[in-house]
Amino acid sequence: MDKYECVCGYVYDPAIGDADTGVDAGVDAGTAFADLPEDWVCPLCGASKDNFEKVD
Amino acid sequence: MYKPIEIADGIYSVGCRDWDIRDFHGYSTYEGTTYNAFLITGEKNILIDTVKEKFGDELLANISRIIDPKEIDIVISNHTEMDHSGAIPKLMRKIGKDKPIYCSKMGAKNLKLHFNREFNFKVVGTGDELKIGKRTFSFLETRMLHWPDSMFTYLVEDGILFSSDAFGQHYAGDIFFDDEIGEEIIPHARKYYANILLHFSPRVQALLKDVAEMNLTINMICPDHGILWRDNPSRIIEAYDKWSRQEPERKVVVIFDSMWESTTKMARSITSGIESEDVNVRLMNTRKWHRSDIMTEIIDAGAIAVGSPTLNNSVFPVIADVMTYIKGLRPQNKIAAAFGSYGWSGEAVKILNKEFAEMKLDIIDDGVKVQYVPDEKDLDRCFDLGVKIAKALKEKLPKI
Ligand SMILES: Cc1cc2nc3c(=O)[nH]c(=O)nc-3n(C[C@H](O)[C@H](O)[C@H](O)COP(=O)(O)O)c2cc1C
Ligand SMILES: [Fe+2]
Ligand SMILES: [Fe+2]
Ligand SMILES: [Fe+2]
Repeated sequence: MDKYECVCGYVYDPAIGDADTGVDAGVDAGTAFADLPEDWVCPLCGASKDNFEKVD
Repeated sequence: MYKPIEIADGIYSVGCRDWDIRDFHGYSTYEGTTYNAFLITGEKNILIDTVKEKFGDELLANISRIIDPKEIDIVISNHTEMDHSGAIPKLMRKIGKDKPIYCSKMGAKNLKLHFNREFNFKVVGTGDELKIGKRTFSFLETRMLHWPDSMFTYLVEDGILFSSDAFGQHYAGDIFFDDEIGEEIIPHARKYYANILLHFSPRVQALLKDVAEMNLTINMICPDHGILWRDNPSRIIEAYDKWSRQEPERKVVVIFDSMWESTTKMARSITSGIESEDVNVRLMNTRKWHRSDIMTEIIDAGAIAVGSPTLNNSVFPVIADVMTYIKGLRPQNKIAAAFGSYGWSGEAVKILNKEFAEMKLDIIDDGVKVQYVPDEKDLDRCFDLGVKIAKALKEKLPKI
Protein backbone atom coordinates (compact mmCIF):
# COMPACT_ATOMS: atom_id res chain seq x y z
CA MET A 1 0.00 0.00 0.00
CA ASP A 2 1.15 3.54 -0.75
CA LYS A 3 2.72 5.82 1.78
CA TYR A 4 1.75 9.48 1.96
CA GLU A 5 3.84 12.40 3.18
CA CYS A 6 2.50 15.48 4.94
CA VAL A 7 3.81 19.02 4.39
CA CYS A 8 5.41 18.74 7.84
CA GLY A 9 7.47 15.71 6.79
CA TYR A 10 5.41 13.08 8.60
CA VAL A 11 4.97 9.94 6.51
CA TYR A 12 1.78 7.95 6.88
CA ASP A 13 2.64 4.29 6.45
CA PRO A 14 -0.44 2.06 6.19
CA ALA A 15 1.59 -0.83 7.53
CA ILE A 16 1.95 1.03 10.84
CA GLY A 17 -1.13 3.26 11.09
CA ASP A 18 -0.49 6.33 13.21
CA ALA A 19 0.23 4.65 16.52
CA ASP A 20 3.97 5.33 16.35
CA THR A 21 3.58 9.08 16.78
CA GLY A 22 2.74 9.13 20.46
CA VAL A 23 -0.63 10.61 19.49
CA ASP A 24 -3.35 8.05 19.89
CA ALA A 25 -5.66 8.78 16.99
CA GLY A 26 -6.79 5.18 16.89
CA VAL A 27 -5.93 4.30 13.32
CA ASP A 28 -5.12 0.62 13.04
CA ALA A 29 -2.23 -0.79 11.10
CA GLY A 30 -3.38 -1.89 7.65
CA THR A 31 -5.58 1.17 6.99
CA ALA A 32 -4.96 2.57 3.50
CA PHE A 33 -4.55 6.34 3.28
CA ALA A 34 -7.67 6.59 1.12
CA ASP A 35 -9.67 4.81 3.83
CA LEU A 36 -8.75 7.28 6.55
CA PRO A 37 -11.78 9.36 7.54
CA GLU A 38 -12.11 12.69 5.73
CA ASP A 39 -11.69 14.57 9.00
CA TRP A 40 -8.49 12.72 9.86
CA VAL A 41 -5.59 15.10 10.44
CA CYS A 42 -1.85 14.65 10.57
CA PRO A 43 -1.02 13.30 14.04
CA LEU A 44 2.04 15.53 14.16
CA CYS A 45 1.03 18.93 12.79
CA GLY A 46 -2.76 18.80 12.47
CA ALA A 47 -2.85 19.35 8.69
CA SER A 48 -5.85 17.91 6.82
CA LYS A 49 -5.61 15.01 4.35
CA ASP A 50 -5.31 17.27 1.29
CA ASN A 51 -1.89 18.38 2.56
CA PHE A 52 -0.48 14.90 1.92
CA GLU A 53 1.25 13.69 -1.19
CA LYS A 54 1.94 10.17 -2.33
CA VAL A 55 5.51 9.01 -1.71
CA ASP A 56 7.10 7.42 -4.77
CA MET B 1 27.35 42.61 23.39
CA TYR B 2 28.75 40.64 26.24
CA LYS B 3 31.85 38.55 26.64
CA PRO B 4 31.11 35.08 25.30
CA ILE B 5 30.97 32.59 28.13
CA GLU B 6 32.97 29.39 28.03
CA ILE B 7 30.34 26.85 29.08
CA ALA B 8 32.62 23.82 28.71
CA ASP B 9 36.12 23.21 27.46
CA GLY B 10 36.34 25.11 24.15
CA ILE B 11 32.56 25.61 23.93
CA TYR B 12 31.21 29.14 24.06
CA SER B 13 27.79 30.73 24.32
CA VAL B 14 27.98 33.48 21.69
CA GLY B 15 24.35 34.54 21.28
CA CYS B 16 22.63 37.85 21.94
CA ARG B 17 20.27 39.33 24.46
CA ASP B 18 17.18 41.14 23.23
CA TRP B 19 16.57 43.32 26.26
CA ASP B 20 13.77 45.40 24.75
CA ILE B 21 11.44 42.89 23.17
CA ARG B 22 8.06 42.85 24.91
CA ASP B 23 5.96 41.10 22.27
CA PHE B 24 7.49 37.97 20.82
CA HIS B 25 5.15 36.87 18.01
CA GLY B 26 2.17 37.64 20.21
CA TYR B 27 3.68 36.26 23.43
CA SER B 28 4.35 38.81 26.18
CA THR B 29 8.02 38.91 27.13
CA TYR B 30 8.27 41.26 30.12
CA GLU B 31 11.91 40.40 30.66
CA GLY B 32 13.02 40.29 27.03
CA THR B 33 14.65 37.17 25.67
CA THR B 34 17.93 35.80 24.42
CA TYR B 35 18.84 34.10 21.17
CA ASN B 36 21.47 31.59 22.20
CA ALA B 37 24.07 30.35 19.75
CA PHE B 38 27.00 28.10 20.53
CA LEU B 39 30.52 27.94 19.18
CA ILE B 40 32.40 24.68 19.55
CA THR B 41 36.09 25.19 18.84
CA GLY B 42 38.66 22.52 18.07
CA GLU B 43 39.98 20.69 15.04
CA LYS B 44 37.07 22.28 13.25
CA ASN B 45 34.96 25.16 14.47
CA ILE B 46 31.26 24.64 14.59
CA LEU B 47 28.44 27.08 15.20
CA ILE B 48 25.10 25.80 16.45
CA ASP B 49 22.23 28.13 15.50
CA THR B 50 22.33 31.86 14.94
CA VAL B 51 20.23 34.80 16.11
CA LYS B 52 17.56 37.18 14.82
CA GLU B 53 18.59 39.00 11.68
CA LYS B 54 19.04 42.38 13.36
CA PHE B 55 21.51 40.89 15.84
CA GLY B 56 23.70 39.43 13.07
CA ASP B 57 26.53 41.93 13.54
CA GLU B 58 26.50 41.41 17.28
CA LEU B 59 26.75 37.64 16.79
CA LEU B 60 29.75 38.07 14.50
CA ALA B 61 31.35 40.45 16.99
CA ASN B 62 30.84 37.93 19.80
CA ILE B 63 32.39 35.15 17.74
CA SER B 64 35.30 37.44 16.86
CA ARG B 65 36.31 37.57 20.49
CA ILE B 66 37.07 33.84 20.29
CA ILE B 67 38.04 33.16 16.67
CA ASP B 68 37.86 34.89 13.32
CA PRO B 69 34.34 34.02 12.08
CA LYS B 70 35.88 32.97 8.77
CA GLU B 71 37.40 30.05 10.66
CA ILE B 72 33.97 28.55 11.24
CA ASP B 73 33.88 25.34 9.21
CA ILE B 74 30.39 24.03 9.86
CA VAL B 75 27.02 25.49 10.82
CA ILE B 76 24.34 23.39 12.50
CA SER B 77 20.78 24.71 12.24
CA ASN B 78 18.54 23.02 14.79
CA HIS B 79 15.50 25.13 13.91
CA THR B 80 14.40 27.27 10.95
CA GLU B 81 12.38 29.88 12.83
CA MET B 82 13.87 33.30 12.19
CA ASP B 83 14.88 34.02 15.78
CA HIS B 84 17.55 31.34 15.20
CA SER B 85 18.09 31.39 11.45
CA GLY B 86 17.70 35.09 10.67
CA ALA B 87 21.43 35.78 10.74
CA ILE B 88 22.34 32.76 8.56
CA PRO B 89 22.55 34.74 5.27
CA LYS B 90 24.85 37.36 6.82
CA LEU B 91 26.92 34.69 8.55
CA MET B 92 27.35 32.68 5.35
CA ARG B 93 28.40 35.78 3.41
CA LYS B 94 31.06 36.32 6.03
CA ILE B 95 32.35 32.75 6.48
CA GLY B 96 31.88 31.49 2.91
CA LYS B 97 28.56 30.60 1.38
CA ASP B 98 29.65 27.08 0.46
CA LYS B 99 30.39 26.03 4.01
CA PRO B 100 28.07 23.17 5.04
CA ILE B 101 24.87 23.70 7.01
CA TYR B 102 23.78 20.58 8.87
CA CYS B 103 20.03 20.41 9.39
CA SER B 104 17.04 18.08 9.20
CA LYS B 105 15.34 17.24 5.92
CA MET B 106 12.56 19.70 6.73
CA GLY B 107 15.19 22.20 7.84
CA ALA B 108 16.75 22.21 4.38
CA LYS B 109 13.32 22.61 2.78
CA ASN B 110 12.21 25.35 5.15
CA LEU B 111 15.46 27.34 5.12
CA LYS B 112 15.09 27.53 1.33
CA LEU B 113 11.53 28.78 1.76
CA HIS B 114 12.72 31.47 4.17
CA PHE B 115 15.76 32.81 2.34
CA ASN B 116 14.95 31.87 -1.22
CA ARG B 117 18.41 30.54 -1.92
CA GLU B 118 20.43 27.35 -1.87
CA PHE B 119 23.00 26.61 0.77
CA ASN B 120 25.30 23.64 1.04
CA PHE B 121 22.87 21.60 3.11
CA LYS B 122 23.93 18.37 4.77
CA VAL B 123 20.71 16.65 5.73
CA VAL B 124 20.87 14.61 8.93
CA GLY B 125 18.32 12.55 10.82
CA THR B 126 17.97 10.77 14.13
CA GLY B 127 21.02 8.65 14.90
CA ASP B 128 23.31 10.33 12.38
CA GLU B 129 26.67 11.33 13.80
CA LEU B 130 29.37 13.76 12.88
CA LYS B 131 32.79 13.00 14.34
CA ILE B 132 35.21 15.89 14.68
CA GLY B 133 38.44 15.41 16.56
CA LYS B 134 37.63 14.21 20.05
CA ARG B 135 33.96 15.13 19.73
CA THR B 136 30.90 13.37 18.36
CA PHE B 137 27.83 15.36 17.32
CA SER B 138 24.74 13.18 17.38
CA PHE B 139 21.46 14.39 15.85
CA LEU B 140 17.95 13.75 17.04
CA GLU B 141 14.96 14.90 15.02
CA THR B 142 12.20 16.40 17.14
CA ARG B 143 9.70 17.04 14.37
CA MET B 144 6.83 19.34 15.39
CA LEU B 145 8.53 20.24 18.64
CA HIS B 146 7.69 22.83 17.71
CA TRP B 147 8.24 23.14 13.95
CA PRO B 148 8.60 20.49 11.22
CA ASP B 149 12.34 21.22 11.05
CA SER B 150 13.13 21.08 14.79
CA MET B 151 15.99 18.89 15.92
CA PHE B 152 18.42 18.46 18.82
CA THR B 153 22.18 18.16 18.60
CA TYR B 154 23.85 16.12 21.31
CA LEU B 155 27.54 16.30 22.10
CA VAL B 156 28.29 12.74 23.16
CA GLU B 157 31.61 13.04 25.05
CA ASP B 158 30.64 16.28 26.81
CA GLY B 159 27.08 15.16 27.54
CA ILE B 160 25.67 18.47 26.29
CA LEU B 161 22.26 18.63 24.66
CA PHE B 162 21.60 21.59 22.37
CA SER B 163 17.83 21.48 22.48
CA SER B 164 16.72 24.34 20.24
CA ASP B 165 13.52 25.94 21.63
CA ALA B 166 12.70 23.03 23.96
CA PHE B 167 13.50 23.72 27.64
CA GLY B 168 13.89 27.43 26.80
CA GLN B 169 12.54 30.50 28.54
CA HIS B 170 12.07 34.06 27.39
CA TYR B 171 14.34 35.71 29.92
CA ALA B 172 17.18 38.15 29.44
CA GLY B 173 19.07 38.95 32.59
CA ASP B 174 22.52 39.19 34.08
CA ILE B 175 22.39 35.48 34.78
CA PHE B 176 23.24 32.63 32.45
CA PHE B 177 22.85 29.39 34.39
CA ASP B 178 20.16 27.61 36.39
CA ASP B 179 22.22 27.50 39.59
CA GLU B 180 22.56 31.29 39.52
CA ILE B 181 18.82 31.90 39.41
CA GLY B 182 17.23 28.89 41.10
CA GLU B 183 13.48 28.23 41.11
CA GLU B 184 12.77 31.76 39.91
CA ILE B 185 13.31 30.60 36.34
CA ILE B 186 10.63 27.89 36.48
CA PRO B 187 7.63 30.22 35.88
CA HIS B 188 9.38 31.48 32.73
CA ALA B 189 9.95 27.92 31.53
CA ARG B 190 6.34 27.06 32.36
CA LYS B 191 5.09 30.03 30.38
CA TYR B 192 7.22 28.93 27.43
CA TYR B 193 5.81 25.42 27.61
CA ALA B 194 2.22 26.63 27.96
CA ASN B 195 2.44 28.90 24.94
CA ILE B 196 4.74 27.04 22.56
CA LEU B 197 4.50 23.34 23.31
CA LEU B 198 1.34 22.50 25.23
CA HIS B 199 -0.59 21.30 22.15
CA PHE B 200 2.26 18.91 21.36
CA SER B 201 2.18 17.33 24.83
CA PRO B 202 1.64 13.75 23.57
CA ARG B 203 4.72 14.20 21.38
CA VAL B 204 6.68 15.58 24.33
CA GLN B 205 5.75 12.49 26.34
CA ALA B 206 6.93 10.26 23.47
CA LEU B 207 10.18 12.21 23.16
CA LEU B 208 10.93 12.04 26.88
CA LYS B 209 10.39 8.30 26.76
CA ASP B 210 12.71 7.94 23.76
CA VAL B 211 15.39 10.04 25.43
CA ALA B 212 15.11 8.05 28.67
CA GLU B 213 15.52 4.81 26.70
CA MET B 214 18.61 6.17 24.96
CA ASN B 215 20.23 6.43 28.39
CA LEU B 216 22.13 9.57 27.49
CA THR B 217 24.39 11.23 29.99
CA ILE B 218 23.09 14.76 30.12
CA ASN B 219 25.43 17.08 31.96
CA MET B 220 24.02 20.22 30.47
CA ILE B 221 21.00 21.30 28.43
CA CYS B 222 21.51 24.36 26.27
CA PRO B 223 18.26 25.74 24.88
CA ASP B 224 18.12 28.58 22.36
CA HIS B 225 16.42 30.98 24.78
CA GLY B 226 17.22 32.00 28.32
CA ILE B 227 19.41 30.30 30.88
CA LEU B 228 21.35 27.06 30.41
CA TRP B 229 20.61 24.04 32.62
CA ARG B 230 24.06 23.01 33.85
CA ASP B 231 23.50 22.36 37.54
CA ASN B 232 20.44 20.18 37.40
CA PRO B 233 19.21 19.44 33.88
CA SER B 234 16.84 16.82 35.25
CA ARG B 235 14.89 19.65 36.94
CA ILE B 236 13.57 20.89 33.61
CA ILE B 237 13.10 17.39 32.17
CA GLU B 238 10.94 16.50 35.17
CA ALA B 239 8.99 19.74 34.77
CA TYR B 240 8.34 18.93 31.09
CA ASP B 241 7.18 15.48 32.10
CA LYS B 242 4.73 17.02 34.57
CA TRP B 243 3.43 19.72 32.21
CA SER B 244 3.04 17.33 29.29
CA ARG B 245 0.98 14.93 31.39
CA GLN B 246 -1.47 17.82 31.84
CA GLU B 247 -2.51 16.69 35.26
CA PRO B 248 -5.13 19.09 36.61
CA GLU B 249 -4.90 20.69 40.04
CA ARG B 250 -7.50 22.11 42.38
CA LYS B 251 -7.40 25.49 40.76
CA VAL B 252 -9.90 27.43 38.67
CA VAL B 253 -9.17 30.25 36.24
CA VAL B 254 -12.09 32.64 35.72
CA ILE B 255 -11.61 34.52 32.46
CA PHE B 256 -13.91 37.35 31.44
CA ASP B 257 -14.42 40.62 29.62
CA SER B 258 -17.13 43.18 30.07
CA MET B 259 -18.52 46.36 28.51
CA TRP B 260 -20.74 47.76 31.30
CA GLU B 261 -19.41 45.66 34.20
CA SER B 262 -22.39 43.30 34.44
CA THR B 263 -20.29 40.31 33.37
CA THR B 264 -17.60 41.59 35.78
CA LYS B 265 -20.05 41.36 38.69
CA MET B 266 -20.96 37.84 37.64
CA ALA B 267 -17.31 36.85 37.43
CA ARG B 268 -16.70 38.16 40.96
CA SER B 269 -19.62 36.19 42.38
CA ILE B 270 -18.47 33.00 40.66
CA THR B 271 -15.01 33.59 42.10
CA SER B 272 -16.46 34.00 45.61
CA GLY B 273 -18.41 30.78 45.19
CA ILE B 274 -15.26 28.91 44.24
CA GLU B 275 -13.34 30.38 47.17
CA SER B 276 -16.12 29.44 49.59
CA GLU B 277 -15.23 25.83 48.79
CA ASP B 278 -11.53 26.40 49.54
CA VAL B 279 -10.48 25.88 45.96
CA ASN B 280 -7.79 28.14 44.50
CA VAL B 281 -9.04 30.62 41.97
CA ARG B 282 -7.61 33.29 39.74
CA LEU B 283 -9.77 36.00 38.18
CA MET B 284 -8.42 37.25 34.87
CA ASN B 285 -9.86 40.17 32.96
CA THR B 286 -8.87 39.69 29.32
CA ARG B 287 -8.23 43.38 28.87
CA LYS B 288 -5.77 43.47 31.75
CA TRP B 289 -4.06 40.14 31.18
CA HIS B 290 -2.17 39.15 28.08
CA ARG B 291 -3.42 35.96 26.43
CA SER B 292 -0.06 34.31 26.96
CA ASP B 293 -0.26 34.95 30.73
CA ILE B 294 -3.79 33.55 30.85
CA MET B 295 -2.52 30.43 29.07
CA THR B 296 0.24 30.03 31.63
CA GLU B 297 -2.31 29.97 34.44
CA ILE B 298 -4.52 27.51 32.60
CA ILE B 299 -2.04 24.66 32.23
CA ASP B 300 -2.29 23.36 35.76
CA ALA B 301 -5.89 24.48 36.39
CA GLY B 302 -8.55 21.81 36.73
CA ALA B 303 -11.32 24.09 35.54
CA ILE B 304 -11.96 27.25 33.57
CA ALA B 305 -14.97 29.54 33.65
CA VAL B 306 -15.28 31.94 30.74
CA GLY B 307 -17.56 34.96 30.73
CA SER B 308 -18.52 37.25 27.89
CA PRO B 309 -21.22 39.80 27.23
CA THR B 310 -23.05 39.44 23.93
CA LEU B 311 -21.92 41.92 21.30
CA ASN B 312 -23.54 41.99 17.85
CA ASN B 313 -24.90 38.46 18.26
CA SER B 314 -21.50 37.10 19.15
CA VAL B 315 -18.95 36.91 21.94
CA PHE B 316 -16.90 39.97 22.83
CA PRO B 317 -13.94 40.13 20.37
CA VAL B 318 -11.27 40.04 23.07
CA ILE B 319 -12.84 36.84 24.44
CA ALA B 320 -12.89 35.40 20.91
CA ASP B 321 -9.17 36.22 20.68
CA VAL B 322 -8.35 34.50 23.94
CA MET B 323 -10.59 31.50 23.21
CA THR B 324 -9.03 30.99 19.77
CA TYR B 325 -5.63 31.07 21.38
CA ILE B 326 -6.52 28.67 24.20
CA LYS B 327 -8.21 26.28 21.78
CA GLY B 328 -5.15 26.11 19.53
CA LEU B 329 -2.99 25.08 22.48
CA ARG B 330 -5.41 22.24 23.28
CA PRO B 331 -5.54 22.13 27.07
CA GLN B 332 -6.83 18.75 28.28
CA ASN B 333 -8.55 17.29 31.35
CA LYS B 334 -10.48 20.40 32.30
CA ILE B 335 -13.92 21.22 33.59
CA ALA B 336 -15.55 24.24 31.91
CA ALA B 337 -18.50 26.57 32.38
CA ALA B 338 -19.67 29.75 30.66
CA PHE B 339 -21.44 32.88 31.84
CA GLY B 340 -22.33 36.33 30.58
CA SER B 341 -24.65 39.30 30.63
CA TYR B 342 -26.72 40.20 27.57
CA GLY B 343 -29.43 42.58 26.43
CA TRP B 344 -31.78 40.84 24.00
CA SER B 345 -30.50 37.95 21.83
CA GLY B 346 -27.80 36.68 24.24
CA GLU B 347 -25.74 34.32 22.06
CA ALA B 348 -22.42 34.51 23.95
CA VAL B 349 -22.92 31.65 26.44
CA LYS B 350 -24.15 29.29 23.73
CA ILE B 351 -21.16 30.10 21.54
CA LEU B 352 -18.76 29.52 24.45
CA ASN B 353 -20.35 26.16 25.20
CA LYS B 354 -19.92 25.16 21.57
CA GLU B 355 -16.25 26.09 21.76
CA PHE B 356 -15.82 24.07 24.98
CA ALA B 357 -17.44 21.06 23.32
CA GLU B 358 -15.08 21.30 20.36
CA MET B 359 -12.18 21.52 22.78
CA LYS B 360 -13.47 18.34 24.47
CA LEU B 361 -13.69 20.03 27.86
CA ASP B 362 -16.07 18.69 30.45
CA ILE B 363 -19.01 21.15 30.48
CA ILE B 364 -20.62 20.78 33.89
CA ASP B 365 -23.38 23.38 33.56
CA ASP B 366 -25.43 25.04 30.81
CA GLY B 367 -23.96 28.31 32.02
CA VAL B 368 -25.44 31.40 33.63
CA LYS B 369 -27.02 34.15 31.53
CA VAL B 370 -28.23 37.41 33.02
CA GLN B 371 -30.26 40.01 31.17
CA TYR B 372 -28.62 43.41 31.63
CA VAL B 373 -27.53 44.18 35.21
CA PRO B 374 -27.43 41.25 37.66
CA ASP B 375 -29.55 41.60 40.80
CA GLU B 376 -29.02 39.78 44.12
CA LYS B 377 -30.74 36.65 42.89
CA ASP B 378 -28.69 36.58 39.71
CA LEU B 379 -25.50 36.98 41.70
CA ASP B 380 -26.58 34.11 43.93
CA ARG B 381 -26.93 31.96 40.81
CA CYS B 382 -23.38 32.95 39.86
CA PHE B 383 -22.11 32.15 43.35
CA ASP B 384 -23.82 28.77 43.08
CA LEU B 385 -22.14 28.13 39.74
CA GLY B 386 -18.81 28.82 41.44
CA VAL B 387 -19.69 26.34 44.19
CA LYS B 388 -20.72 23.78 41.59
CA ILE B 389 -17.45 24.11 39.68
CA ALA B 390 -15.42 23.83 42.89
CA LYS B 391 -17.36 20.80 44.10
CA ALA B 392 -17.02 19.04 40.75
CA LEU B 393 -13.31 19.70 40.85
CA LYS B 394 -12.96 18.36 44.39
CA GLU B 395 -14.89 15.28 43.42
CA LYS B 396 -12.64 14.77 40.41
CA LEU B 397 -9.49 15.39 42.43
CA PRO B 398 -10.03 13.97 45.89
CA LYS B 399 -7.33 14.95 48.39
CA ILE B 400 -5.27 11.94 49.35
C1 LIG C 1 4.24 29.54 17.56
C2 LIG C 1 3.98 29.29 16.10
C3 LIG C 1 3.00 28.40 15.70
C4 LIG C 1 2.74 28.19 14.35
N1 LIG C 1 1.73 27.32 14.00
C5 LIG C 1 1.50 27.08 12.69
C6 LIG C 1 0.49 26.14 12.29
O1 LIG C 1 -0.18 25.53 13.13
N2 LIG C 1 0.30 25.91 10.99
C7 LIG C 1 1.02 26.57 10.03
O2 LIG C 1 0.77 26.37 8.83
N3 LIG C 1 2.01 27.45 10.36
C8 LIG C 1 2.25 27.71 11.67
N4 LIG C 1 3.25 28.60 12.02
C9 LIG C 1 4.15 29.14 10.99
C10 LIG C 1 3.78 30.55 10.52
O3 LIG C 1 2.47 30.59 9.99
C11 LIG C 1 4.80 30.98 9.47
O4 LIG C 1 6.04 31.19 10.13
C12 LIG C 1 4.42 32.21 8.69
O5 LIG C 1 5.37 32.39 7.65
C13 LIG C 1 4.39 33.47 9.56
O6 LIG C 1 3.87 34.55 8.82
P1 LIG C 1 4.12 36.05 9.27
O7 LIG C 1 5.55 36.35 8.93
O8 LIG C 1 3.15 36.88 8.50
O9 LIG C 1 3.88 36.09 10.74
C14 LIG C 1 3.49 28.86 13.37
C15 LIG C 1 4.45 29.77 13.78
C16 LIG C 1 4.70 30.00 15.13
C17 LIG C 1 5.73 31.00 15.52
FE1 LIG D 1 1.83 17.00 9.29
FE1 LIG E 1 10.77 28.36 17.42
FE1 LIG F 1 12.98 30.31 19.35
